[in-house]
Amino acid sequence: MLKRLVAATFVAMCFAPLSSYGDTVKVGIIAPFSGPYSHYGQLFKAGVETYLASQGGKFDGHEIELIFRDTGGPNPTLTRSLAQELIIKDKVSYLGGFVFTPNAVAVAPLIQQAKIPTVIFNAGTQDIVEKSDYYLRTSYTLRQVTVPLSEYLAQSKINKMLTVVADYAPGVDAESAFKQSFTAAGGAVLESIRIPLSTTDFAPFMQRIKASGAQGVYVFFPGGPPTLGFVKSYVENGVKEAGVQLYGTAEADEFDLPKFGDGAVGITTSYYYAASHESPLNQKFIADLKAYNKDVIPNYAAASAWDGMRLIHRMVSATAGKRDGEGAIAAAKGFAWESPRGQVSIDPATRHVNQTVWLRTIEKNDEGKLVNREVKSLGVRGASGELK
Amino acid sequence: MPQVLNIAVDGIAYGMILFVTAVGLTVTLGLMRFVNLAHGAFAMIGGYIAAGLISLNATFFAAVIGGVLGVAVVGILLERLVFRHLYDKGELKQVMFTIGLCFVCIASINAIAGPDVRILKLPSWLAQPVDLGFRTLPSQRLFVIVAGITILAVLLAVTQWTRYGVWLRAAVDDRATASTLGLPIRKIYAVTFGVGCGLAGFGGILGAEILPLEPFYPVKYLVVVLVVVAVGGAGSIVGTAIAALGLGVIETGSKYLASEWASVLFFAAAATALVFRPHGIMGPQK
Repeated sequence: MLKRLVAATFVAMCFAPLSSYGDTVKVGIIAPFSGPYSHYGQLFKAGVETYLASQGGKFDGHEIELIFRDTGGPNPTLTRSLAQELIIKDKVSYLGGFVFTPNAVAVAPLIQQAKIPTVIFNAGTQDIVEKSDYYLRTSYTLRQVTVPLSEYLAQSKINKMLTVVADYAPGVDAESAFKQSFTAAGGAVLESIRIPLSTTDFAPFMQRIKASGAQGVYVFFPGGPPTLGFVKSYVENGVKEAGVQLYGTAEADEFDLPKFGDGAVGITTSYYYAASHESPLNQKFIADLKAYNKDVIPNYAAASAWDGMRLIHRMVSATAGKRDGEGAIAAAKGFAWESPRGQVSIDPATRHVNQTVWLRTIEKNDEGKLVNREVKSLGVRGASGELK
Repeated sequence: MPQVLNIAVDGIAYGMILFVTAVGLTVTLGLMRFVNLAHGAFAMIGGYIAAGLISLNATFFAAVIGGVLGVAVVGILLERLVFRHLYDKGELKQVMFTIGLCFVCIASINAIAGPDVRILKLPSWLAQPVDLGFRTLPSQRLFVIVAGITILAVLLAVTQWTRYGVWLRAAVDDRATASTLGLPIRKIYAVTFGVGCGLAGFGGILGAEILPLEPFYPVKYLVVVLVVVAVGGAGSIVGTAIAALGLGVIETGSKYLASEWASVLFFAAAATALVFRPHGIMGPQK
């Protein structure tokens, strides 16, 4: 009798997790949660958990389980094995996250074979989404924000520019994207300066920029110390007073703004999300984030993660919670929704997000804090910066 | 012509930051012959203490003094408790221990202050551009140049002309004999180590503008600092100044003229100098 009871309990225990499995959709989030880039992981986590909480933890009655995995920094090999473990052992139906391009590209063969829709929350290199049919992207590409900026500058009679970029692959990409579209729009790039990534003293470059006779300088730097160092040096060397305006893309991240100091007022960037964007949904998004954790700084990473979850919500609903990669991707293509950044949609051809690109200027708000103020819409743009 | 002046001004400013950051290591590595790879960790701790004090509304000078003294005290305590047992243990053990200490500091700062860059907020008079006539320069750089020259002068005067300086040189040259003659060896070593650490902290604070404070600071900038000390000649304060200024001007010049090559030229110049003077510019030529 006792033996039977034990056997029955054992059998019941074996089946217990299986019976609830049907109702739970697992989502794996791969991002850096430790080391110098860990703030990305924290912002992604805040974004996805805030969205999930706003839906009561369920998408159309399907329980959602989030599984977070830490890549540390750019580490394709580790990312690949984490993704493999998530897909095979944890049986996730969706993947999300990815700060660095090499990490995002590393999972392409896995998601192609296992048919796992994978939403990129940040990595912005143009051709990642072409590497597998299961990639989707809710962030941006360099061209998407650079092309509208160069067109705007040429139209506003700012036609002598410099480019200053960090000397690594995305920097060189940014330089060529800007040169190409700016020249096509009638402007002239007087000089292109590439700065080694290890540079800490930017003062000499500031003298070169001042002496160049250009009206503005287009910059591209990776977030963190290089961007901070460049902007601080730009402010302290009085380059703005010398009449050379600074134009960039991701440089004015809300996360870095408080560190710049008041000299950064007036720096102009073109980008897709400003925390100061005026819409009821954005205010709710920020309020939700603050309620989740008052120390979270709402920025593009949190917004992209929130939208990534919105997209996964759509796919879960369309496939009734089943693991159906093809059906999910079909439902994601062309899907349009309201994001904290405004109206966005997934382009059926590129699987990349079509969105309004904004020209923003750093201003001081009423509380004395630096904010990105959206000053002009540069239109809805596709993955290559083309008007939609 | 303005080009040459620009290179000179920016090069000297950059070189002075290198000097201020590296001179503490010249004292511990060169004078005391202790392979102190944790130099960057002491610099970082000084910077973080100062940044913390400023965020608690301390004045800039109070924060600098607090940072420097704080690190000096940490240095003296470590010297008394740990480092003194390592003086005769050989260089490898000193390297292993101090590198280990670096990692402990990285993890501790990461846990205490977080992984992000920590900005050391300067008072407004240090955060403005100053007009030099032909160009402007951030006033912080002028401050560093003045501070660097002051440190150089004070260190030279102390080691050359004071009793402590005589004791230090005697203790370093021949510990046993100096001890027999009744010199307070332990005190000399502890104080000197404290001074070295305090200087490291000072460098961490003043250099924070271009070597930003973050948990990985101790290993990130260790190579640059070691290069400056090696090229200058371990133990020579003047040598360190010459090496820091020389390398600073060379790297700055290449940033003006061929920016893609800036970091290559820095190391090429260092290697060339070491080919002709293997013990450093002012090092003992054996």
